[in-house]
Amino acid sequence: MQEALRFLSPGAEPVDRADFVEQARLLRRGSEASSRGLSLTIRGLRKSFGDNEVLRGIDLHIPAGQSVAIVGRSGCGKSTLLRLIAGLETITAGTISLGEDARPEDVRVMFQEPRLLPWARVLSNVEVGLGRERRSADAQARAESALVEVGLADKRSQWPAVLSGGQKQRVALARALVSQPRVLAFDEPLGALDALTRISMQRLLERVWHDQGFTAILVTHDVAEAVALADRVLVIEDGRIAEDFIVDVPRPRQRGSAELAALEGAILKNLLEGTEDTSDL
Amino acid sequence: MSLIDSLPRVGAPKLPRIDGLIPWIVPLAIILIWQVACVTGFVSARVLPAPSDVALAGWKLLQSGELVRNIWVSFWRASIGFLIGGSIGFSFGLANGLSQTSSKLTDTTLQMVRNIPHLALIPLVILWFGIDESAKLFLVALGVFFPIYLNTLHGIRTVDPQLIEMGRIYGMTDGELFRRVIFPGALPSIFVGLRFALGIMWLTLIVAETIAASSGLGYMAMQAREFMLIDVVVLSILIYALLGKLADSASRTLERLTLSWHPAFQKH
Repeated sequence: MQEALRFLSPGAEPVDRADFVEQARLLRRGSEASSRGLSLTIRGLRKSFGDNEVLRGIDLHIPAGQSVAIVGRSGCGKSTLLRLIAGLETITAGTISLGEDARPEDVRVMFQEPRLLPWARVLSNVEVGLGRERRSADAQARAESALVEVGLADKRSQWPAVLSGGQKQRVALARALVSQPRVLAFDEPLGALDALTRISMQRLLERVWHDQGFTAILVTHDVAEAVALADRVLVIEDGRIAEDFIVDVPRPRQRGSAELAALEGAILKNLLEGTEDTSDL
Repeated sequence: MSLIDSLPRVGAPKLPRIDGLIPWIVPLAIILIWQVACVTGFVSARVLPAPSDVALAGWKLLQSGELVRNIWVSFWRASIGFLIGGSIGFSFGLANGLSQTSSKLTDTTLQMVRNIPHLALIPLVILWFGIDESAKLFLVALGVFFPIYLNTLHGIRTVDPQLIEMGRIYGMTDGELFRRVIFPGALPSIFVGLRFALGIMWLTLIVAETIAASSGLGYMAMQAREFMLIDVVVLSILIYALLGKLADSASRTLERLTLSWHPAFQKH
């Protein structure tokens, strides 16, 4: 929270040395603009792999700072959409625009696997996230504050191999956050975690999203997770957006509340209706 | 079990040293049994001299300076040959692992050459180089080339593509990607190649020195055979064993230092 306050009000009185560094950096980067999320506009987006057309015309606008969950059956193209937004695949047709002042560092991805370098200590793994700013003088301080944010400051000099699955994923989150991205794309980031770790990770994701105000795009096949975290849930079916639900539930959200459960039921029903044959579910 | 486990923690500071000696119990026991077998006449001295006689022969050669000179010559040949062959193998491994063009151009050729046993080239090498130093260096270099080449190549090709994608997403340049992702990822495999190569290095050198040389350990053993000095022959063989062990220990130490991140090399 403290981090966020400092972040949102760069004119505030500096408290310690780390704050000076932070402030200097914010001023240098033109502060306000980079601390807010980017809006995202997608028009007529198509993607084919050979003869297989995975995305068949996606039109979508995501306002800055919104958190959007994308759900769908496996193979519906939701991960492909995310990889296109992150620039990991080339577009077959259509456009994705993030605003003219977007830089590559503004978009970060978090995968289902933590993808940490096993031969680098936790702190240097987080420093990787700084991209081209890795060699700047305050790189280490920024990496440390990102680790504090995910609650792993005491693990900074450990090897990734000794961390638990949830801790590794938190390091990956710190690495994604350290460059203060304006769009953060999550590709089933909690898919490989156990139920309890998942819930605490969901809370962490919600908190950092709230604190940092980036635009969040979350691909998941867990509808409960989608309605708990997102402002808006998109259902993708056969490479198109089939349904667009607004989750109008105030935060902090009560997990398992009637409102969320009703919405989850509606989305699930929609997902199941979309398939001719439900016997394989 | 629990008692043994607790010993190093509870016990006197001398215990870790005793722990380090455990691997030497078996070799020492073998030497002891061997000595007893020779002294009691169970094994004839003409078949196998007693370890004490071997040690005595070693002492004499040490005093005359012959032993040190021969070991030094062999060590020098092994190291130079290893450096030449190893660095060429490593370079080809890197080039073919990183570049499709380079791989297409040279890999087939190298795979064909690899299947020729390098020791089969000895007659040709003698014709080319005589029994000069270069003949031995050439054979050692050729011998260590392939394990280093193959394992470097394999290491680079099997680096986790997800990590490479991650590196690219985070804006690593090609140089950084190599230094921070590809090379460290290939290192465990490169070390496997290194240890194979060290074994082949000694093997090649000894064969080469046995066939054609005027100095070195292999030469010393062959000379001793001519004069029926069986203790010197056995001495040479024991020295090979020690040198081999030394090379292996050196590479293990290097491995432990550079792969401390690897779960297999982490203590406790």
